[in-house]
Amino acid sequence: MTLDFSIIPGIIPALLLGTRLTVELAVIAVAIGLAIGSFVGIGRVGSRRIVRTITGIYVDFIRGTPLLVQLFLVYFGLPQLIGRPVPPFTAAIAAMGINSGAYVAEIVRAGIQSIDKGQMEAARSIGLTSPQAMRYIIFPQAFRRIIPPLGNEFIAMLKDSSLVSVIALEELLRKGQVIITRTFRPFEIYMVVALIYLIMTLIISRLVAWSEKRLKVVD
Amino acid sequence: MIRTCELKKSFGTNHVLRGINITISPHEVVVIIGPSGSGKSTLLRCLNLLEEPTSGKVFFRGQCITDPHVNVNEVRREMGMVFQRFNLFPHMTVIDNITLGPMKVRGASPEKAKQIGLDLLKKVGIAEKENSYPSELSGGQQQRVAIARALAMKPMAMLFDEVTSALDPEMIGEVLDVIEKLAEEGMTMVIVTHEMGFAREVGDRILFIDEGLIVEEGPPEQVLAKPRNPRTQAFLSKVL
Repeated sequence: MTLDFSIIPGIIPALLLGTRLTVELAVIAVAIGLAIGSFVGIGRVGSRRIVRTITGIYVDFIRGTPLLVQLFLVYFGLPQLIGRPVPPFTAAIAAMGINSGAYVAEIVRAGIQSIDKGQMEAARSIGLTSPQAMRYIIFPQAFRRIIPPLGNEFIAMLKDSSLVSVIALEELLRKGQVIITRTFRPFEIYMVVALIYLIMTLIISRLVAWSEKRLKVVD
Repeated sequence: MIRTCELKKSFGTNHVLRGINITISPHEVVVIIGPSGSGKSTLLRCLNLLEEPTSGKVFFRGQCITDPHVNVNEVRREMGMVFQRFNLFPHMTVIDNITLGPMKVRGASPEKAKQIGLDLLKKVGIAEKENSYPSELSGGQQQRVAIARALAMKPMAMLFDEVTSALDPEMIGEVLDVIEKLAEEGMTMVIVTHEMGFAREVGDRILFIDEGLIVEEGPPEQVLAKPRNPRTQAFLSKVL
């Protein structure tokens, strides 16, 4: 058995097409996650018990169940309820976005809670309302602290997006599999697929490290 | 100006304040002293409702502010507070720290707020630091900015919570000087401190608190020099 990497150049364009979809999926998912997670994260530290309970259940459910199961619930389960099929791309970003929302919510919550409570007291002592104190004092400081963990969440989403290959969405992994059925070169092609993931995650983790260093100077 | 009526505060089974009755007149400087854990800071924090009293009432300018219908934000803007650990906003410059309240709470224009801020920085003796960030200042300078930030709201009373306890000894004087200046101008102040010399100098009246109750009160020359209560005597013999 010999390795033959000569086929690689020919398949790169196809893999890059899949890579593009992978990146799209991760970016959209984290964007949705950020939107959901900001509200949920704030709700988690808010004063309303009912909001804290509901958001708590959401976060626990999402983080306590596999993304693959969540994906199946949306892709295979939801059509049974709504009476029509859910397109794979919609199902994928819905499942990934809702999943990411729970993790981002925890990042946002931790970011808010990491701010010294003297900051809130000082803000309230000059007469700012609670929403004003959040807006002008707590969020701007929390935001700097959540950028690095958000970068890590993006890396996680980039890798986990490979799960949606099972619903026939031709992202990077699925593209590789399709090519393997044609070329019968699983080792070489999976290696290239892995390398492409690695290059992307390395770039992002470097960016995260860089931003961490920069933000520390400001603090 | 400020009055409390049977003010009590408990944290679980820990009864920190056990019925405090004080009256603070306009332009009066009241200094609260007492051992650690006696409830001094909690009392101060109940006055502007940073801590919610468990029972009892707090009145400010005749209004019962512990009434649930009262807008606490409107009360707090009239009562400045300075904290032990400064609590400046680290992501804002010195001048922005000071102008935030006037602009967002009082609705002052940016120009007006900036003028207020610059005047106050001059008053506390650090006019040249307007564009610095808090982390670039010494502790004493930070605390003076914190005082300026509270004064920018043009409060009717000021609360000082152990404002020199986190400072290096050589910086205590510069902060106390600012507070003394305020006392001379007739600002109503409630001051929690461990600086007995300062208490004597600036205080019109001293309250000695122990185990959540006012044990002794009176003018400084009496409470500090000739305390009547044995607990006051024991405390003073330890700190003086």
